[in-house]
Amino acid sequence: MTTLPDAKGRFGDFGGRYVPETLMNALIELEQSYYQYAEDEEFQTELKYLLKEYSGRETPLYYAQRLSEELGGPKIYLKREDLNHTGAHKINNALAQGLLAKRTGKKKVIAETGAGQHGVATATVAALFGLECKVFMGEEDIRRQQLNVFRMKLLGAEVVPVTSGTMTLKDAGNEALRYWVSNVEDTFYILGSAVGPHPYPMMVRNFQRIIGDETRRQILELENRLPDTVVACIGGGSNAIGMFYPFIEDTEVNLIGVEAAGRGIDTPLHAATMSLGTKGVFQGSMSYLLQDEYGQVQPAHSISAGLDYPGVGPEHSYLKDIKRVQYVPVTDAEALDALKLLCRTEGIIPALESSHAIAHVVKMAKDMNSDQLLVICLSGRGDKDVESIMQYEEGVQ
Amino acid sequence: MSMTDQSQNRMDATFARLKEEGKTALIPFLTVGDPDPQTTIDIIVELEAAGADILELGVPYSDPLADGPVIQRASQRALTHHVTINTCLEVADGARQRGVEMPFILFTYYNPILQFGLERFFETMQAHGISGMIIPDLPVEESGEMRERSKAAGVSLIPLVAPTSHDRIAAILDGAQGFVYCVSSLGVTGERASFHNNVEQFIRDVKSNTDLPVAVGFGISSSEQVREFSKFCDGVVVGSAIVRQIESQIPLLTNPERKIEGLLQIRKFVAELKE
Repeated sequence: MTTLPDAKGRFGDFGGRYVPETLMNALIELEQSYYQYAEDEEFQTELKYLLKEYSGRETPLYYAQRLSEELGGPKIYLKREDLNHTGAHKINNALAQGLLAKRTGKKKVIAETGAGQHGVATATVAALFGLECKVFMGEEDIRRQQLNVFRMKLLGAEVVPVTSGTMTLKDAGNEALRYWVSNVEDTFYILGSAVGPHPYPMMVRNFQRIIGDETRRQILELENRLPDTVVACIGGGSNAIGMFYPFIEDTEVNLIGVEAAGRGIDTPLHAATMSLGTKGVFQGSMSYLLQDEYGQVQPAHSISAGLDYPGVGPEHSYLKDIKRVQYVPVTDAEALDALKLLCRTEGIIPALESSHAIAHVVKMAKDMNSDQLLVICLSGRGDKDVESIMQYEEGVQ
Repeated sequence: MSMTDQSQNRMDATFARLKEEGKTALIPFLTVGDPDPQTTIDIIVELEAAGADILELGVPYSDPLADGPVIQRASQRALTHHVTINTCLEVADGARQRGVEMPFILFTYYNPILQFGLERFFETMQAHGISGMIIPDLPVEESGEMRERSKAAGVSLIPLVAPTSHDRIAAILDGAQGFVYCVSSLGVTGERASFHNNVEQFIRDVKSNTDLPVAVGFGISSSEQVREFSKFCDGVVVGSAIVRQIESQIPLLTNPERKIEGLLQIRKFVAELKE
C-alpha cells in the first residue's frame, strides 16, 4: 500500500497526469529531480536544517487537557503545526519544493493559494532563496484574506488576482497552471496541496509526512502506544495525507479526514467532495470531484478559504475507496463553534480549516473514553481568519 | 458505405484534395453555444462560405485550463445555455441540414467525455458523422483506451505536439490518425504577435516524423500569420481571433433585426484570413 503511486502516478484508479502536452516534459523532469534529490545527502541535510532552524521543527505534540476534560471523552493531543514559521504546515512543503527549485536552477517560482497560507509560505521561501515569486489568488479569497495578501506583498511576492470562474482556490489553480504552460522553461510551480498531476500528489505527501512521522514518534514517547484515532481537516488534503501516511499500515489506528460541509451537505453551498463527489478528471488528475452529470465542475463553498475546493487529492480518493480512511463533513457553524471552544479552553486560536477537525472531535468524543488517545492535526493558526469570523458573526446576527 | 467511413473520409478527403490543389486547410474554431446554439449554426454556415475547410467545435467547459481569457469568456457565455456534448452534436446536425459540407472535429476537455461514457461517446460521434476530436488535457500516456476506441470507431484522436515535446514526438505520433496538431508556442490559446523560437524547425521536425497532415495552432490571428505558416503547414487553426470576432458582434448577433450584419462581419473576417 505504501509503495503507491505506481510508475504512472496512480493510486488505484486515481491520479495520473491529465495536462496539456506542453507541460509533460516539465513534469517528467520534475519527477526525475525529485527522485534524484530524495537520495541526495546534501539536499536532505539542508532541508532538515531549514525545517529545524528556520521553521522551528519539530512541532510539539501537546496534550490539550482542558479541551479533553471539557469534552469528557478521549485524551486529546494537538499536533501543533500552527507553531511553524508562517503559521501553518504549508511551509514544510514550500521549503522542500523551493529548495528543489533552487537546486534545479529555476529563478522564478509560482504558487496558487486559497486561504493564503501556501502563498505566504511560498513568498517566504522565495525571499529566503532569492527567487522571484508570483502567487495566484482568487479575488474572492483576496477579499476574505487581506492580511495574508499584505504579508505576501511585504515578503516581496506579486499577488496576481484571479477573476475567472468562482474566483477562489480552484480558479487560482487553473490560472497557475495556465501561467506555467506559458513559462515552463524558466519557472518552477510550487504546488501547495496533495493534488494536481503526478508527481505533485506524491511529492507533497512525502514533504508533509514529517507531520505524521513526528507524531508517531512523539506519541510513542509520551504514551508508549499508538493513538486510537487521528483526525485532520481536508480540502485538497496536504496536512491530512502528511499526518495519515505514516499510520496507514497501523490498521488499529482509526484515521478520519474532515471536509467542509459549508452550510450543510443538504444545501448547494458545500465543499463535501468525499461525501457527494463522483470520479472525474480535474486539474491534472483523476479524483473525486464535485461536478454535474455533464462533467462541469461545480463551485464549492466553505467559510474556510483553504477548504473551499471542489476536488481532493487522488491518494485520499483511493484511501476512501479501500476504506482505510473515513471522511466526514462538518459545517461552517460547527467549525466556528469548535474554533471558539479551543480559544476558551486552551488559549489557542486555530485556523478555520483546522477547526473543522476539532468540530468533528467534539461530535465523536462522547462515544470514546478517557483511556483512548486521539490526535488532532492543528494544521494552522487562526490569526488570518479573525476578520472573516467577525464578518460572519455580523452576517449571522 | 457506412456512416463511419464517410465521416472519417470526410476529413482525410479534405486534406487529400487540398494537397492536390497545393492549398493549406483553414481550420477555424468556435465555442458551441456562444452566444447561443442557433446562432452557432448560422455562424458555421458563414464560416464555410468564407472558405473554412475544417471546423473545430469547442465544447464549453467550466475549467478550461488550456485556454486563454477569450475562449474562457466564450465558454462561460455558452454554459449559461447549458451546452453539452449533445448540444454540440445537434448543432453539427443543424449545420449539415443547412448544407454545410466541411468536416467537423470536436475540441473538448477529457472530463465531459469521461462523464458521457467512452462507449456511448464514440457511438454518438459516429452517428453524427464527426471526423475526430482534440482533447487538450489528454497526453499520450493517458490516452490508451481513447486511442483504441477511436481506431475501432474510425473517429480520429488528433494528437497535440508542443515545442517542448522533444523526444516524446515519436511516441505521440506512433499510430496517430487524422492530422497532427502542432502547438505554435508555449502557453494557452489566445492571439499573439510572436511564436516559439524556431517554430518552423519544430514543425519541420514533426513533419519528418509522420505522413499525416500537419496543422499549426495557438495564437494565429492574422492573414499574414496564416500566409506565413501556410508555407510549411498543411493546415492552420485560428481560434481565439474568431471567438473574439464573434464576441465583438454579440450586440448585432443577438438583435434579430441586425443579426445578418453581425454574421457578415464574421464572414468577412474569416474570408480575409484566407487572402
